[in-house]
Amino acid sequence: MVLAQQVLFLLVSIFAIGLFARKMSSLRRTIFLGKKEQINDRKSERWKQVVLLALGQKKLFKKPIPAIFHFFVYAGFILINIEVLEILVDGICGTERAFAPYLGSLYPLAINFFEILAVLVLVGVIAFWLRRNVLRLKRFTSPELQGAPLKDANRILYIEIVLMSMLLLMNAADPHAHFLVSQHLKGLFTGWSESNVHLFMRLTWWGHILGIFAFLNYLPYSKHLHIILAFPNAYYSRLEPQGTLSNMPEIQQEVLYMMDPSSAPASTDAAPLSFGAKDVTDLSWKHLLEAYACTECGRCTEQCPANITGKKLSPRKIMMDTRDRAEELSARMDKNGNIEADGKSLLHDYISVEELRACTTCNACVEACPVGIEPLSIIMQLRRNLIMEESNAPQEWNMMFGNIENNMAPWKLSPDDRDAWTQA
Amino acid sequence: MNIKSMATFAAEGSSPEILFWVGCAGSFDQRAQRVTKAFASILEKVGMSFAILGKEEMCTGDPARRSGNEFLFQMMAYNNIQTMNAYNIKKIVTTCPHCFNVLKNEYPALGGNYEVVHHTTLIQELINEGRIQLKEGGTFKGKRITYHDSCYLGRANNVYEAPRAVLEALDIELVEMKRCRTNGLCCGAGGAQMFKEDEPGNNRINFERSEEALATGASIIASNCPFCTTMLSDGVKKFEQEEQVQIMDIAELVAASLK
Repeated sequence: MVLAQQVLFLLVSIFAIGLFARKMSSLRRTIFLGKKEQINDRKSERWKQVVLLALGQKKLFKKPIPAIFHFFVYAGFILINIEVLEILVDGICGTERAFAPYLGSLYPLAINFFEILAVLVLVGVIAFWLRRNVLRLKRFTSPELQGAPLKDANRILYIEIVLMSMLLLMNAADPHAHFLVSQHLKGLFTGWSESNVHLFMRLTWWGHILGIFAFLNYLPYSKHLHIILAFPNAYYSRLEPQGTLSNMPEIQQEVLYMMDPSSAPASTDAAPLSFGAKDVTDLSWKHLLEAYACTECGRCTEQCPANITGKKLSPRKIMMDTRDRAEELSARMDKNGNIEADGKSLLHDYISVEELRACTTCNACVEACPVGIEPLSIIMQLRRNLIMEESNAPQEWNMMFGNIENNMAPWKLSPDDRDAWTQA
Repeated sequence: MNIKSMATFAAEGSSPEILFWVGCAGSFDQRAQRVTKAFASILEKVGMSFAILGKEEMCTGDPARRSGNEFLFQMMAYNNIQTMNAYNIKKIVTTCPHCFNVLKNEYPALGGNYEVVHHTTLIQELINEGRIQLKEGGTFKGKRITYHDSCYLGRANNVYEAPRAVLEALDIELVEMKRCRTNGLCCGAGGAQMFKEDEPGNNRINFERSEEALATGASIIASNCPFCTTMLSDGVKKFEQEEQVQIMDIAELVAASLK
């Protein structure tokens, strides 16, 4: 019986971890559908970003209340996973509490600590559930969160409640153990036979580990993937001042030829360039990584001046659309082996011109993101495509462009009057 | 005002300590011209040798770039860089945070490398060095003033304290809006919004921001950007507070407080 469980455990573990690895490698392929971009400079500053943003959650603490609950869940999740190590050892060796003999009196101390964490995780998760479903905070009820995203968020919360409950119940059902929190649950088993209690303990043990495997394999399909991707995202986040817009070297050459036509080559057989981004494949891989690292918390949208004043733009939706479109192309890749045109694109089919036009480039969304995502960068790439590929600009902007070109100022005023203020 | 241009300096075979980049708003917009003059008067008063590019200055290309027209941006940028490199410009001060951001962060990629400061930072340095002498008992002493962080000075470039230090030096009562510093709310002009109508919504961004500024009970809203100044002035008018509440650039506050 024990041996059968061991074999079963091993098979389940290999299957679950293998499935996860396969999905992650497919996800990696999807992210690299984005354009190449070298980001490997200033390594020590990048690690500092990882420590501050991802490990230290510096920006979360702009909002202290959710930050504390988030910290409970985060700390609990990381530390309780040490116990998962024991579960793995137990499962493979057919033991129960394999670490106990080695740790001696430290063992109950450690488990007591984990139990406290488990309770704190429960407190945090319940608080999150209430904020989302009962208090219905504004940033959790925006249009882009209706339907699947809300279900996804709640599903994660339910799984965490189940996992923590299993852990506590398992300890409670252990006849040899008397731990800080779970001892109070022992009353549940009064009147149960010893063998039934043991069976229950085994069931919760299995429930806990199967739950963890299920959770692991749900992650890549969920917004909750941020627990992994927040780290690389922080590492690759931009170190320049936020105001700096990425340069377009492909245009530099064109402009230089225009300014000095004699420098232009007579003919060129280079493939015609396209400017900005129409689809996710025109974005950088970093943009796609950001889309998968986004946990849809909505702090960006909450700070967006356009969104605050009722415009259609929501920076969170920009990230969600980018991910959805990348997923769509990834599915095509799986089905057809390539991503040949499906007649759709991120621009227009997912993100409308009206949304893009509402942006004031104020960087509030970038500043707000706890993990260093830059919705503005995607917005700008799409805007560039609109103007330079589609010549799609509002009439006032076309006039402004004309004025800059002819009068060297955005207004229709004579360049000769530029220093007129010195005379007045 | 007798303001010398770079061309004049070059003709004399000398060069100024700093180039004052006036910007399109500062050059053409009547309200912003007052800020330009106020700042120039401060530089004159402290005896700093400065020049403007005058007719040789062109739009930095910021509104073109932010709306997505990279071609036009780079054309303007290359022209300006050519002009400035020909004059061997080392240091620039500007009264516009949009020009500041482009000159400081975006021209280097195109071959324009300069030390660029925003006028509020320069003013703060001059106060610290004792070169700007403020009137005893100040013009604005004790006045309730709120400060609006522009996006391109604040979040874009992390300059939050210099303008506040200048205000503190004026001996005023600084009241912060709820959304200030990194959380500051945009005035609504950036990203070339200044040059087009708003997209459909239920409020204008400048109304939203002006309402917040007015709620502080301040009699002056201090700004650091010609576009913010315009947007907030419109907002204050909308709430019919233009008689009671003034929008003033930091340079104007300082110019009116000089000894």
